[in-house]
Amino acid sequence: MSVELPQLTAKDFASDQEIRWCPRCGDYSILAQMKKVLPTLGIPKEKFVFVSGIGCSSRFPYYMDTYGVHGIHGRAPAIATGVKLAKPDMQVWVITGDGDALSIGGNHFLHCIRRNLDVKVILFNNQIYGLTKGQYSPTSPVGARTKSTPYGSVDRPINPLCVAIGAEATFAARAVDVDIKHLTMVLERAAHHKGTAFVEVYQDCNVFNSGAFNYASKKEEKDDNVVYLEHGKPLIFGKNRNRGIRINEMSRPEIVELGGDIREDDLLFHDEKAPEPSLAFLLARMRYPEFPEPLGVFRDVQRPTYDEGVMSQLEAAVAKQGSGNLDELYNDGDTWIVQ
Amino acid sequence: MATTETAAPESLNGKRTEQLETVVVRFCGDSGDGMQLAGTQFTNASAVFGNDVSTLPDFPAEIRAPAGSLAGVSGFQLCFSAHDIYTPGDTVDTLVAMNPAALKTNLSDLKRGGTLILNEDAFDRSNLSKAGYATNPLEDNSSLAGYRVHKVPMTRLTRDAVEGLGLSQREADRCRNFFALGLVYWLYERDSKPTLQWVKDKFGKNPAVAEANVRALNGGYNYGFSTESFTVHYQVPPAKLAPGKYRKITGNEALAYGLATVAKLSGTRVIYSGYPITPASDILHELSKLKHFGVVTFQAEDEIAAMSATVGAAFGGNLAVTASSGPGICLKGEAMGLGMITELPMIIVDVQRGGPSTGLPTKTEQSDLLLAMFGRNGESPLPILAAATPSDCFDLIQEAMRIAVDFMCPVIFLSDGYIANGAEPWQIPKVSDLKPVVVKHPSERNSAEHFLPYKRDERYVRPWALIGTKGLEHRVGGLEKADVTGNVEYSPTNHQHMTDIRFLKIAGIADYIPEQTVEGPESGELLVVSWGGTYGSVRTAVRQVQSEGKSVAHCHLRYMNPFPRNLGEILKNYEKVLVPELNRGQLRFLLRNDFLIDAKGLNKIQGKPFLVSEVAEAIRTFLENGSI
Repeated sequence: MSVELPQLTAKDFASDQEIRWCPRCGDYSILAQMKKVLPTLGIPKEKFVFVSGIGCSSRFPYYMDTYGVHGIHGRAPAIATGVKLAKPDMQVWVITGDGDALSIGGNHFLHCIRRNLDVKVILFNNQIYGLTKGQYSPTSPVGARTKSTPYGSVDRPINPLCVAIGAEATFAARAVDVDIKHLTMVLERAAHHKGTAFVEVYQDCNVFNSGAFNYASKKEEKDDNVVYLEHGKPLIFGKNRNRGIRINEMSRPEIVELGGDIREDDLLFHDEKAPEPSLAFLLARMRYPEFPEPLGVFRDVQRPTYDEGVMSQLEAAVAKQGSGNLDELYNDGDTWIVQ
Repeated sequence: MATTETAAPESLNGKRTEQLETVVVRFCGDSGDGMQLAGTQFTNASAVFGNDVSTLPDFPAEIRAPAGSLAGVSGFQLCFSAHDIYTPGDTVDTLVAMNPAALKTNLSDLKRGGTLILNEDAFDRSNLSKAGYATNPLEDNSSLAGYRVHKVPMTRLTRDAVEGLGLSQREADRCRNFFALGLVYWLYERDSKPTLQWVKDKFGKNPAVAEANVRALNGGYNYGFSTESFTVHYQVPPAKLAPGKYRKITGNEALAYGLATVAKLSGTRVIYSGYPITPASDILHELSKLKHFGVVTFQAEDEIAAMSATVGAAFGGNLAVTASSGPGICLKGEAMGLGMITELPMIIVDVQRGGPSTGLPTKTEQSDLLLAMFGRNGESPLPILAAATPSDCFDLIQEAMRIAVDFMCPVIFLSDGYIANGAEPWQIPKVSDLKPVVVKHPSERNSAEHFLPYKRDERYVRPWALIGTKGLEHRVGGLEKADVTGNVEYSPTNHQHMTDIRFLKIAGIADYIPEQTVEGPESGELLVVSWGGTYGSVRTAVRQVQSEGKSVAHCHLRYMNPFPRNLGEILKNYEKVLVPELNRGQLRFLLRNDFLIDAKGLNKIQGKPFLVSEVAEAIRTFLENGSI
């Protein structure tokens, strides 16, 4: 007899808590798309857990009527590791930000990915510290004038996708907060991935860093500034879809105009299943304004997950040695009797 | 140690046998000389024979400091006895020194008239100079006067013993520790069987090495038997311990076994998250072998991750544990606070070592008590337990988990380097006598509309809802929360209320733990209050002074926060209170604060445990002069 799961809706995932993000914050859109995606997965509501760190984005779990942990700064991937190892049947989502994941929590971010723990990591990148009111973040561009860098930042920014792919993320993607359809697709893909699914979302902090991603989100600009990745398809972009990315003789990407000598077949074809991460890394290195920035799934490959490995060792130990016997354990080795 | 000579029957080869009550042996040499192994094997042999044993491994923080240097000396001391003992001994009866550096750094602990066994071959010019000897102490008449000195050419004899096995000289020399061990086995009539079995198990795949170690061991034994250098050997009869079956156990082993017991008997998985750190790493090593008991081990990327994963695993419904030493506990502080405010059950083990900072990684100290009490931001009280002996770790870690689960809170468990690495006989318990930790999760909502994660019982304990349970979806986090609902709440009165409740919950544990007991008179002139790993030395010292007819009692604490509910009453029954600690007076600070008593301290911060004589002398002086 099969039990029909009740069809859940976005509303079922809304908690009763008042949302305290600033009006028009990009976080609202990500929350809305998440609530749309979860009911489509065929997973009961009680099997989701959201884990976050500290920052504006990290308030996310309070607004989802699922299990949730609002953790401490930077540690969400580590908390999530504990959750997943304790309860591997839960679908675990990590919600983090650029400061949370890449500055204070860089180490956990890296190790979660290289272990391929089966969690989804959604990084809200707004290139600023919002909750602490406007200091530059590890993704802020050189020269960024913020509260803590009145003369402009001299730090070179870190590229979140390069870090994730460098740690050999089995799933790496990028989306933009207001590009609703695309964001939904990317979140869905992440939800279905087994292993660490890393998604960078360009998120507008309209209070402290307004318009940082206009080039990738504004209707009139974005067609020339982004290129949508599709597996097996050539990289074509532009309002008239007449420009493309080609790999030149120096093995570097270059922008070319289609027509004339250059045909679609000459372009770089996306392969998200490539076993080597080099292509994904090359794509992640393409930054505006030199290049259109790729959006979509950079990499989607399968590798054993950490939690599976841990659990199968447990099972193997029981299969080999039997369920632990305390008497045997205590009496192992040299013993003696006092009469 | 008190030793008594009894009748000396003629034994084989015309050598005398003397009976002794208690003997302290120390093996010392280069950190590559295998002294820890020799000591461990001697401990095993003595324990299996039925002596009471207590050990003190003492090794440098460097794995291999320059060969022959003073910094590279590694030692292993053990005391074995025909009666029950509580310490590895103050002074050494037999010192085995494998090189000049070992002699130089250890000779002062050898009692006058004690036996000194030296590897003569190692006393060459180079080693002598590295040890800072201008002349060879083996050749002058004064340096070693007053000791029974046995100069044994161990390197040469070991090489001879293993000749023909095709070993390199380096491999042959690595068997020297077994030669020395064999010689001391002869000296104290130890049975080689457990060691021979160990060699077989360890080197089974390498028969030449196994044979070499056997030959070296036998070579040492026969050297003692045959040569005229040794005219007497000793017997230490088995101890009259409580009847039962025993094994040897270290504190870290006992702790790991306790956790495996928790997992097995509760039917709930234990998840241990840790990051390698001396002297806690052995807990991770032990537990990683015990997966079939339902123990998951997670070697995290850092201490913070280990603690954070512990909080996550507790939210995930597992019995979560992390362990570290002082530097790691400092890093864990913020996540411990998260465990505290989310009110989830977990254990944080601190195997204390010499601090501050990196301090003395391989040496013992008791200087993290106040860190455990106060080392988090905000008002963040946590229960603290402290093990008294290696085997006590087995019982107390189970008690720690029981408190964590029953009261929904992180519990700090204090061990120390001395307990963690030290070994003693452990009376093997009957599994049926052990009390399981009982894990309960609600299956239904505790209110009509929502699950209320912070709705408490009469002891202020909140429910532990297992994630994945339908209808109990809820959020926890580090922000202050409203009582009952757990929703984020910043109001002033709520914060006061929640802070008070969190405090009262922990304070209420005093009603649950056993009352404090005292050894000695119920009232009198002096109460000696100790805690943690100093138990053995302080107990032995107090007994000595008691036997001199003095009015002194001993109170040893294992529950450090909250204190046992009758502790205040006990303290009032004595005119004076002395608190010996391996720190600057951390328990004393707490006692003075909580009970307004003028407690005095005996404080040693040398990376070493108390000698019995130090404590006994301090008690006598304090009784006489009112100060120490």
